[in-house]
Amino acid sequence: MNTVTNKISIGHGSGGKLTHNLIKNLFLEKFRNPILESLTDSAILNINGTRLAFTTDSHVIKPIFFPGGNIGKLAVNGTVNDLAVMGAKPLYISCSYVIEEGFDYQSLERITQSISQSAQDAEVCVVTGDTKVVEKGKGDKIFINTSGIGLCNYSLPKDIEIGDKVLINGSIGDHEIAILSAREELGLNLKIESDCAPLADLISQVLKSSEKIKFMRDPTRGGLATTLNEIVEEKDFGILLEERDILIREEVKGICSLLGFDPLYLANEGKVVIVVAREDADQVIETMHSHLLGRDARIIGEVVDSPKGMVCLKTQVGGRRIVDMLVGTQVPRIC
Amino acid sequence: MKYLDEFYDREICGSLAAQIIKESTGKRWTFMEVCGTHTMSIFRNGIKGLLPENIKLVSGPGCPVCVTPNAQIDRTVEFARLDKTCVVTFGDMMKVPGSSSSLEQERAQGFDVRVVYSVSDALKIAEQNPDKRVVFLGIGFETTVPTVAASLKDAKSKNLKNYFVLSCHKLIPPAIKAILDSGEVKIDGFLLPGHVSTIIGRKTYGFIAEDYGISCAVAGFEPVDILQAILCLVKQKTPQVENCYKRAVKEDGNPVAKDLIDEVFEVSDSEWRGLGVIPDSGLRIREGFSEFDAEKNILVEITLNSQLSTLNSQCICGSILRGINTPLDCSLFGKGCTPESPVGPCMVSSEGTCAAWYKYSSQN
Repeated sequence: MNTVTNKISIGHGSGGKLTHNLIKNLFLEKFRNPILESLTDSAILNINGTRLAFTTDSHVIKPIFFPGGNIGKLAVNGTVNDLAVMGAKPLYISCSYVIEEGFDYQSLERITQSISQSAQDAEVCVVTGDTKVVEKGKGDKIFINTSGIGLCNYSLPKDIEIGDKVLINGSIGDHEIAILSAREELGLNLKIESDCAPLADLISQVLKSSEKIKFMRDPTRGGLATTLNEIVEEKDFGILLEERDILIREEVKGICSLLGFDPLYLANEGKVVIVVAREDADQVIETMHSHLLGRDARIIGEVVDSPKGMVCLKTQVGGRRIVDMLVGTQVPRIC
Repeated sequence: MKYLDEFYDREICGSLAAQIIKESTGKRWTFMEVCGTHTMSIFRNGIKGLLPENIKLVSGPGCPVCVTPNAQIDRTVEFARLDKTCVVTFGDMMKVPGSSSSLEQERAQGFDVRVVYSVSDALKIAEQNPDKRVVFLGIGFETTVPTVAASLKDAKSKNLKNYFVLSCHKLIPPAIKAILDSGEVKIDGFLLPGHVSTIIGRKTYGFIAEDYGISCAVAGFEPVDILQAILCLVKQKTPQVENCYKRAVKEDGNPVAKDLIDEVFEVSDSEWRGLGVIPDSGLRIREGFSEFDAEKNILVEITLNSQLSTLNSQCICGSILRGINTPLDCSLFGKGCTPESPVGPCMVSSEGTCAAWYKYSSQN
């Protein structure tokens, strides 16, 4: 929080350090309970002996239609993936719209069709919803909130140990760069699509292939760097990444070089980071390779003894540096 | 874009580093990388770890956000508070604290502050909002200025009455000269800024080698570029300005861009944070374009907030920009001053030295 003005800034919604502090210092303080305290992607609820995963996610994005998807597809996959990374089979979702007065009906229809299709692809049903319309100028076209529940057959996360491997199912940064390139003001004409996709099926294959999956999370806002920092935070181990093993598409690299962005902080919408015991890493990779969404899966790093609580990167050129959590938002360099 | 990978090749970098070690042995070297983009690349790629201990890299004044003085930020904040006025800026300036506030804080208070990726968007905002004064915060070095000059020419041809630029533009060669004249830091060589050099050309830097006897290498921004330039510096027998970024930089730079700058702007004295007023180091808008000059046309009073001024007095961004200190010498670094809550601009900018140290080195 900005102590001078006591106002929320854009950075508080970036998914990085500011968001993290807001959750810890305000929301967790006021809502404190054992379920919330675990701060996992979904809450795990034990109801009469049944383990349910429950999560919610609000979606605001500009532009609402982008290469590889739209706000509707994003809204479904965001929630479904948050359930899946907890080892749950997503079952039912809700869908609430906040629509700005004057919004084009055809666009709403297109978005809704996309929600329907994405729900079908992810094998979930939209079972409840809500609609609100706000005055023109009081919202930005459309906001969508989805909540979801799933049945939890696996118990995650498990204790992470030194030597465990860190895996990801493909290239990083595609989603955020697709969004950036779709914004008119940058004038970019790139052939890059958002990676927005439902991960539940891939994840269920992964969970079947190894009993030693320790942790999974989808590196959305704040990117891979922020997700890995969340894993090591206050723990007595660290993570060492190997930069040359991290797949970054040429277009993404080029834009990052142009704008001074670090791809490790770019948002993804169809990626999952997996921590697995060293001995099972190869077989999990093999399983992922046989799935459409895991063809580019790879080992990108490992859990190390030191430095504790930190993510380090062996750079492509052989140097070494820290990978900190994102602070605020990435902005293009000026010169 | 395919060429990028080659400039990150681990073997090539290892071989360059080995040559640097061999050529530099037996002497201690201090090289200044003038440009903030170099600083970031050096940290992001862990280049210091490849260099021998007898080579020290210090950061220079080449971060446009960092060298913009408080008074100009205060002025922009005051513009933002005016009725029917919209301040337009590059994102990096949003968080820089002036004496009493930052543009980000003003936006959170409800004032109209907008972030753009290019100056042409500022012009568009002016065209789309004829009932508002649109003030673009013009910061940046020779690289950025031609685009701002073009926007002013465009505004003139469109007869826009509501577009203004606050020119905080600065020139790199006079700043290098000021650092050398101060004699505060012993510098054995300069890594010269690649982007700026694409505009002003290699020859402009001749005075550094000729008058001061200091080696120079114009450098690109990928790891191979930077290591190549450092190798050039340790190998030079007679000080000269070598162009190690030939794929982008020409002897005389870009004459079209230089003419454009000259048509719209004229050289003036300018205040740099940490370096004070440097003669002939800034650019002001020429008389023929004065109708767009925010400083002349929109009058504001600047007030000082005493509490923040005290905090600022502990900030050593100034001496960091002159290469005298590193962020570790600052009592605020990582404590009172972090990227979330920055005190000085070097912690704010994505090209700032303190931000680079904080983000990428283990000493935070």
